[in-house]
Amino acid sequence: MTEIFGIPIQAFLGQLMLGLVNGAFYAMLSLGLAVIFGLLDIVNFAHGALYMVGAFAAWIMLDKWGIGYWWSLLLAPLMVGTLGVLIERSFLKRLYGLDPLYGLLLTFGLSLILEGIFRDQYGVSGQSYSVPEELAGATNLGFMILPNYRAWVVLASVVVCLGTWWLIERTRLGAYLRAGTENAKLVQAFGVNVPMMVMLTYGAGAALAALAGVLAAPVIQVTPLMGSNLIIVVFAVVVIGGMGSILGSVVTGLGLGVIEGFTRVFYPEASSIVVFVIMAIVLVLRPAGLFGKET
Amino acid sequence: MKLRKTVAACTLAFAGLAGLSAPAQAQFSGDVIRIGIITDMSSVYADIDGPGGVEAVRMAIADMGGAINGKKIEVLSADHQNKPDVAATKAREWFDTQGLDMLIGGTNSGVNLAMAKVAAEKKRPFMVVGAATSALTNDQCTPYTLHWAYDTTALAKGTGAAVVKQGGKSWYFLTADYAFGHQLQADTTKVVEANGGKVVGSVRAPLNASDFSSFLLQAQGSKAQILGLANAGGDTINSIKAANEFGITKSMKLAGLLVFINDIHSLGLKTTQGMYLTDSWYWNQSQETRAWSRRFFEKMKRMPSSLQAADYSAATQYLAAVKATGTDDPEKVLAHLKKAKFNDIFMKGGYVRADGRVIHDMYLMQVKSPDKSTEPWDYYEVKQVFKGEEAWTTKADSKCPLWK
Repeated sequence: MTEIFGIPIQAFLGQLMLGLVNGAFYAMLSLGLAVIFGLLDIVNFAHGALYMVGAFAAWIMLDKWGIGYWWSLLLAPLMVGTLGVLIERSFLKRLYGLDPLYGLLLTFGLSLILEGIFRDQYGVSGQSYSVPEELAGATNLGFMILPNYRAWVVLASVVVCLGTWWLIERTRLGAYLRAGTENAKLVQAFGVNVPMMVMLTYGAGAALAALAGVLAAPVIQVTPLMGSNLIIVVFAVVVIGGMGSILGSVVTGLGLGVIEGFTRVFYPEASSIVVFVIMAIVLVLRPAGLFGKET
Repeated sequence: MKLRKTVAACTLAFAGLAGLSAPAQAQFSGDVIRIGIITDMSSVYADIDGPGGVEAVRMAIADMGGAINGKKIEVLSADHQNKPDVAATKAREWFDTQGLDMLIGGTNSGVNLAMAKVAAEKKRPFMVVGAATSALTNDQCTPYTLHWAYDTTALAKGTGAAVVKQGGKSWYFLTADYAFGHQLQADTTKVVEANGGKVVGSVRAPLNASDFSSFLLQAQGSKAQILGLANAGGDTINSIKAANEFGITKSMKLAGLLVFINDIHSLGLKTTQGMYLTDSWYWNQSQETRAWSRRFFEKMKRMPSSLQAADYSAATQYLAAVKATGTDDPEKVLAHLKKAKFNDIFMKGGYVRADGRVIHDMYLMQVKSPDKSTEPWDYYEVKQVFKGEEAWTTKADSKCPLWK
């Protein structure tokens, strides 16, 4: 059997595949974060909590009302998006123009509250959410057995990421958004309702987080801790990619997923810190991130 | 002048008399009996102990009447967040400024090793309930550490031996990368090899890793028969879930080396049926345990784990010793505990060995299939009872200087 770096090629390809799957998750989560930071200048620490609320929404809908996975993919983001809009209207609106630190503290506090509520209600062992019938089972790729569901996650993430990028970079709405963040007063003078756009953008970011949550629910246990476990890594991804660069966060997310996957094979004990080591190196060499623009 | 002298003399006389006639007050430090419990309240091990453990201690205090000889019993609790330095600092603070009389150690072996050192330094009883590492009564034993519930040796001798005897000869370990995981892997390896088995490899995953797919793929590549899960709580749950998803269970059998009833409840019987596990207690064992468990259920809305029952037992036996000796002086209470026989809802005929290990029965249990389960939380069937010293470390294997 051929070997690469001392491990058989089967195992190598298998880990590469798994790294891509995890990377797809990172990409989708960091996308929402990058959108919110890039367009609204808010460091949204509540992102992990919104991801968790999305997963719980899917679980509760199935448990209480028998609403299945496919509907949850649509409804959970809508519900959490509305929550996001409420948060923006009631809290974040008051912090624009102030030191970004306030936004960070507020969203961090919100994440602690949300996590605490769910932890109080449901405990931390987690709830099971089963893979939908249509995606159950696995395909033998030859070098590994890949669960069909994980392949679907990669596909969905890529589609969503491309769709969001296209929306922001190639449509008029996106142009308004980008202009609005650069010079809100001027854009408003042209008759565009900037506060409404900002509100909806935050809601859209929250919806993206919730979508990632629904996609994650069948893979990992739905627990109140799932957000906090992931959010620090996602922040590192966004910082490495360049805060505000959407393409950067997607590419970095995928890349880091693969690097983390390989670390798990060659030196598993370091797999939880490798992302931060890379972040430290990137910040020293390119402070604006890999794809960020120097200001 | 003369009046003043008389008043002064009288006051002194009264003070002297008062001092003589109040020995009872001086016996209880700070006029209150304080029990502290430091455990994981919010993270991966919060369900198996956590707030439920604190509630169990409160139940023990209530059952004791809330006071001994007129002195109130109080409980302090804190979240160690799985960080040894946080726990050690909190323990030190309680011993120094809050007059803590006894400390109960919750989950996480690394944290408990740190707290054991603090308790030994402060010369106070430290009753370990949640942690697994057998090192607490082996090379790290102290005269103040009492290891109450279970440990890695018992888990290895229970589940490890049972699985090897069933034909599981080649093993691969998925280990939580800290004190507990390492010790459990080491103890189980010894048992597997002693029974004619072989360990073909292992991989160490960080504590609280959310995704185990990569590690499981490596396990599958080893072609071993048995996948030994040397982890606990949320890690075990995620490992089992992912193993099912990736079809690992088709070619390897899972041996959950530390599994609690909360994990089974979370995963469901369909996924876990037939799994072997070793535990110190099960809520559905007897009339007595059932009655106590239903009381716990009223408050916590879930059945108690063996750790929560052990929290109740540790607090109860400590308070019983305080009552018997009439003081909370640590040396006197410890001396009493080390000579006593323990009979409560958690164990019958238990006692403390020279190395600090509390000896009681352990149970090898198997998870029921869904059709055999008669009510929610009715998950286990007791397969084997390890009586008395059977499950624990032997003198030959012990490096504890207190047990010679």
